[in-house]
Amino acid sequence: MKHLTEEELVGYREGEITQREAIAEHLTSCTACRTELERIEAVLSALDNLPVPERGPEYGRAVWQKIAPQLPEKAGRGWRAWLEPRRWVAIGAMVAVVIGAFVAGRWTKKLDAGTPAASVAQVKERVLVVAVGEHLGKSEMVLMELANATLPVSGPKQINISAEQKRAEDLLDANRLYRETAQQDGDAALASVLDDLERVLMDVAHSPEEITPAKLESLQKRIEAHGILFKVRVVGKELQEKQKTTNSAPAATDSKVRERNKA
Amino acid sequence: MTRMSESAGSTPDREALQSAARESDALAVERTLAGERDAFRVLVERHSQQLFRLAYRMTGNEHDAEEVVQEAFLRAYRNLGQFGSRANFGTWAYRIAANYAIDRMRQKRTEDARRSTPSSLAEEQDPLDLVADDRPTPDRLAGNSELRKKMEEALKELSSSERTAFVMRHWEGCAIEEIAAVLESTTSAAKNTVFRSVQKLRRALEPYVGARGALQAKAAGAAPEPRGTEL
Repeated sequence: MKHLTEEELVGYREGEITQREAIAEHLTSCTACRTELERIEAVLSALDNLPVPERGPEYGRAVWQKIAPQLPEKAGRGWRAWLEPRRWVAIGAMVAVVIGAFVAGRWTKKLDAGTPAASVAQVKERVLVVAVGEHLGKSEMVLMELANATLPVSGPKQINISAEQKRAEDLLDANRLYRETAQQDGDAALASVLDDLERVLMDVAHSPEEITPAKLESLQKRIEAHGILFKVRVVGKELQEKQKTTNSAPAATDSKVRERNKA
Repeated sequence: MTRMSESAGSTPDREALQSAARESDALAVERTLAGERDAFRVLVERHSQQLFRLAYRMTGNEHDAEEVVQEAFLRAYRNLGQFGSRANFGTWAYRIAANYAIDRMRQKRTEDARRSTPSSLAEEQDPLDLVADDRPTPDRLAGNSELRKKMEEALKELSSSERTAFVMRHWEGCAIEEIAAVLESTTSAAKNTVFRSVQKLRRALEPYVGARGALQAKAAGAAPEPRGTEL
């Protein structure tokens, strides 16, 4: 009978699955191979008992204290982060906002060459208002679906939220972008709502595709506890109002232009 | 990372705990990226012990192991943007630590080579002097400080790739694919490296351990428990 090689015996000892049964069968009948395996086992068992110095439960805290002073203020996001598909959604949104602002800027410039700076700023703001309003509307839909999802009394033990999860993931990057913009513009109220929204979106995006009723209930409680749906609705409405007023402003300018042209 | 300890005998409760830990890791990563530096603390406190164990087994001394742990977390923080949020942070940090430990081992090896002291393993010593009992158990063998020294020396004699492969496979129970990723090699090359490491350790330690170890007490023909599910 052909004996097992050292490689086969080591693989068997270290958990190899290929030909496991055949090797085990051979070992039951071959004393020479069994003895060989025992010799390998003896060495590895001795190594198993080589101690690792104990680190107490406070070790993690000690490591943090040592590295914390060396950490830069912001974690490195790395260039690869820009290659993530979901980031392209945010980049797309940003590009759309910039192009929209540029086109609208040129349009108003043609209409009223006398006040270009004010118009461009106004149009830019309007485009941003539209984009954030749209983002809040989409976010509200996701949260509404989750908040209103009924918990099954019987039947499947898992609830599939993959669609909401995917949408939350797509919204997350855009949300971060708008929050940072709101912070830079000094719009603390909008930044705060977007910050709350981001946490809830993060929770949803990082949930498994299928969740238990208990997990769904905890998500719903989280949405409820933050009052996030209410805040999103209120800010969304405010932005809609703002959109209406900024929409009517150029109309007045247009009529003034027409009157001036008539004269 | 597929750990043997995870793959074998995992209960639904344990799976739920692991899944909860992964979720909470992902949340901590997102918050750190969003600018909350303190959120990274959760990750450090959760994974330090595991990284220390790996680092100690790879480097063989506490001082180096602690440095590996700290450097691994610093590198993880600096490159957090490259970490895919769907992946497992523990596995990612583990890889960073393993890679840094390899670099450190190679560096030390070069420094040691410059000093070029002959290995004490080469010194002839009667194996019987080390083992007083006729049938020593592995515990007693490991308790024997001389044998322990021999084991440490035998591990030092392995190349950094071999030591990494052995530590990850034998002690940490990593899947061969994980080892291949850290070693930047193919799975068959990684499998071969695991085998070569065991072979070298066997050659170095068998005279001191012999066949009088663990398995003699086991019934003939009883196959050892598999240490993992994939190789």
